[in-house]
Parts: sequence; C-alpha cells; structure tokens
Amino acid sequence: MSPILVIARLTFREAWRRRIVTAAIVLGGAFLLLFSLGFFFIRGEAARSGASLEDAAARQAFNVILTAGLYAVNFLTLAMGALLAADTLAGEINTGTVQALVTKPIRRSAIVIGKWLGFAGMLLLYLLVMAGGVIVSVRLQAGYTAPNLERALGLMYLTALLMMTITLACSSRMSALAAGGTVFGLYGLAFIGGWVEQIGGALRNETAVNVGIFASLINPSEALWKRAAHEMSSPLLRAMTGFNPFAGASPPSDVMIAYALVYMLVVFALALGWFARRDL
Amino acid sequence: MTDNAIETHALRKEFGENVAVRGLTLQVKRGEVFGFLGPNGAGKTTSIKMLLGLVAPTSGRGALLGKPIGDRAARAKAGFLPEHFRFHDWLTAGEFLRLHGELYGMGAAPIASRSAELLELVGLAPFRDKQLRTFSKGMLQRVGLAQALLNYPGLVFLDEPTSGLDPVGRRLVRDIIHDLRAQGTAVFLNSHLLSEIEITCDRVAFIKHGEVIRVDELKALANGQTSVTLRARGLTPELLGGLERWGRDIRADGEHVTLSVAEDGALPAITRYLVQGGADVYALTPQRLSLEEVFIQTVGTEGVL
Repeated sequence: MSPILVIARLTFREAWRRRIVTAAIVLGGAFLLLFSLGFFFIRGEAARSGASLEDAAARQAFNVILTAGLYAVNFLTLAMGALLAADTLAGEINTGTVQALVTKPIRRSAIVIGKWLGFAGMLLLYLLVMAGGVIVSVRLQAGYTAPNLERALGLMYLTALLMMTITLACSSRMSALAAGGTVFGLYGLAFIGGWVEQIGGALRNETAVNVGIFASLINPSEALWKRAAHEMSSPLLRAMTGFNPFAGASPPSDVMIAYALVYMLVVFALALGWFARRDL
Repeated sequence: MTDNAIETHALRKEFGENVAVRGLTLQVKRGEVFGFLGPNGAGKTTSIKMLLGLVAPTSGRGALLGKPIGDRAARAKAGFLPEHFRFHDWLTAGEFLRLHGELYGMGAAPIASRSAELLELVGLAPFRDKQLRTFSKGMLQRVGLAQALLNYPGLVFLDEPTSGLDPVGRRLVRDIIHDLRAQGTAVFLNSHLLSEIEITCDRVAFIKHGEVIRVDELKALANGQTSVTLRARGLTPELLGGLERWGRDIRADGEHVTLSVAEDGALPAITRYLVQGGADVYALTPQRLSLEEVFIQTVGTEGVL
C-alpha cells in the first residue's frame, strides 16, 4: 500500500478515536435533535394559523430555517476540521512521534498528503451525516427540499477543506494552539467582514463594501457560504432586498470559488514545503 | 566505498549561531557495533538525526549503506529507535508493527510473520493485541526496538536503547545487539551507560562540543591505558613536568599524583626518574582505566549539562 494511503488510513482511524469526533457527534446529534424539534413546533404553528404547507410564504420560511440549520452545520464541520488538523503535525513533532515516521523510506510529502486525505474523508463523512440530518428532517416534516443542494453541499465541503488545509499548514510550522487560534481568528475575520460588506451594501457605503471584500480575500470561507446559501435560496428570497443574515445582496461569483480553490492549493503547497524543510 | 555501513565527511550542523556538530568525519564498518559517547549537548543526537534525514546538514556529506543521506533509499534498510520514543499509543502492538512494516514497503504476509518473530524476540508476544498506551516504558522501548528491526536492516541506530529497562531488559537488548552483529548488521549506539558500551561495542567515538575527539577500539582502550596513582614527597613542579615523557593528564594534589600511561614499562621508569630527582616515593599503584575514566579524561567535565 502506498505510504500516502497508509498515513491517510492512520489519520482517519486516529481522528475517529479522538474525543473531538465523539464531542462533534454528540454536539451534532444534540443540534439535530433541537433543530428537528424547533422545526416541528414552527411547522405546527404554521399549520394552526391556517397556512398550507404548499404556501409560498411557508416554503420561504422553511427555506430560511433550512439555510440556518446548514449554516450551523457549516460552522460545526469547519470547526471540526480545524480542531482535528491543529494538533496533528504540531503535536507529533512536539512529542517526537513523527521521528519514527519520517525516518522510514517515505517522502515527507506523503505524510502531509496522507493526513490531508484522512481528514478530508472524515470531514466528508461528518458533513454528509450532519447536513443530511438537517435536510432529511425538513423534508420528512414539511416535504420541503431546497434547490441546488448538491452545489450548496459542495461549497460547504470546499469551505471545510479550505479551513482544514490552512490549519494543517499552520500545524506544520507552529504549535497546535497557535494553529487553531490562527484559523479561528481567520474565521472571525471573514465572518465580520461578511457583515461589514452587507451593511456597506445596504447603506451604499463603498468603503465598507471594499473592507468586506478584502476580508473575503484573506479568508474566502464566508464568501463561499454566501454563495452556497444563494444556491439554495428560492428565487423569491433572492429577489428580497434588505437584510438577510444568510445571503448577501450580491452573491460571490464563480471567480471567488476559483480563487478559494487556488488559495487552498497554494496553502497546501506551503504546508508541503514547510514540512519538507523542517528540522525535526 | 560501499563496504561501510556509515560514512560521513565533515558533516556540520549550525542552528543559527550555535554549532551543534562541528565537522563529523567517521566510518562505521558493516557488522560493527559502534558506540557514540559524549556529554549532554555534545551533538550525538543531532549527528544521528543528520544521518537519518531528520535534520538537514548545514554542510558536508554522508552515506548510509552506500547511499547518500537524505535519500529515501538510504533509509529502507535502516532501523531507528529514538531516545524519546513516542508512538501512536492507541494502536495495539500488532497494529503498530504493521503500520511501520507498511511504511517500509513490506507486504502483508512478510509483515505478519516478521512481527510475530520480533514480538517473540523482545518478549512481547502475549501483548500483541494490547494497546501501546497500556505498555510500561520498558515495554514501549522493546516494541520500539522490534519496529527498528522489521525490515531486516543492514544498519540500526539506537539512541539510548536501554535507558528505561531493568537488568533483564538490558540483557535482552545486549543479546539482540550481539545477534545483529553476528548477522552482519551494523549498530550505531548512543548511550550514557558506559557499562553497556563497554560490553557491547567494538569501537567507540568520544564526542564533545560537536567534534569527535577520538575514536578507539575498545580492546585497545582496555589495553592501552593504565591509570597510575602515586604518593611521594619532595615533588617539584619541574619533576612533575618531566613526567610528561611517560604519561598524560597529570594531576597533582600535594603528595598525590595521578596520571595515565600507555604501557606498563613506564612504571619502573617513572619510579627511577622520581627517585633520582630526589623525591621520596611511598606508593605507586597502576589501575586499568575503565571507560568511565577515559571518558572523563577525554571529554572532561566542562560542558556537561
């Protein structure tokens, strides 16, 4: 078996056994439960007030709630990616566990690539289960499914992979804590930048919009989410002006998606380079 | 020269301003057990790390089993037991050996049979399905040794291999090293336990401040050095100075003088010299130098952390 796959399998199994995954499952499960319950009550209210489930307004409401649920899933997934990847290289370098691996007849890059693949697999599994749970819950209870879900999920997965890659790169160079802190800081930056851009758009303030755009260049994660939300939103919702917490006035273009991909590749290359040259 | 298990030529490592290894030039023959001795911070572990590709040399070159260091091929037939051995402790012993066997590029069947053989060898066969986190330090060291031997290596690096072991464990490691030598596998041994080096090694290198001070055959060391203690009165500085003709590391403390001499014939010569010089010699006692004495004399006590 190729060394990359050996490390990938090791990484996946290790991630599976770690408390972070258990915590993520428990948290995720609790979230799904609360979400389903909340949705149940909301739907109940809607039915009582006489609205039919086929009603356009009702479908809009369901769409917003579904989007909100997926926003939470998006955050949980990328948080898990960051938490898993933060300790991986940094911790192993610190304890010396990495020494017995690097001295084998394998390339150092095999270790980085293998870890990336292992985490990518774990994140895919988690995203599918969590997002699937939210989507299925809404569908079962209200018969509503948002449009373009595959595209939205694809963008959510890309977001999680991007943040995981950034964390992995940081982990190859700094301590686990610093790596995690950096990534969560970047997330916060993008989050706030997204709001600044929205507010700027609403108030017609060009500076604010530019600040928001700049933030999304530093970290495209929020922009990717906005695009995902846009894909899922109904045409009616898109036509709505005003404040929408889960979509911006103007959704990010395909260029932004391409940018995020290139960004991830560049960061991955950095991770490979740093780890290859590092004295252990 | 592919005859050597290890060859280095002026390997140097600088960490910024700090020169960890000054210029390492040595050869270790195939099937030889080579000991590396030096105080803490002398550059022993850094040297091993350079040979194994963990640390890139600032300058110089080297070869493992005929292939340049840093080359993956060089590491295929090399085993390594790190000093602070830490492994993925959620793996069982069997899974651990399988992981490292796969990283060596071994097939599933050879891994299975070799793992069983090695677990038996290090006395851990009953623990094959137990997680490493349940292992004592000594057990971890032994499974680490098994890991180093997986791919029938031509060269094994052991960094303090017996530090966590009880006397039975140490004996086990010693026996394994003897067997390796008999099979033609070279062993490069870092150890503070001088008694272990004395028993197991063919040659030993003394390293200090990143430089190899001397390399000796252990047999030669045993034969070559004799420590002489003498007690005499009337010793003048000139008289003491004259002793340099026969010995070195002369230390005088009042009436007591110690020095080390290269051959037995020096003893009567020294006695005659001192008596003729007007000293009263009360005692002259030769002692075979232990490796410890040579260590302290060669490497000194300065710079010991």
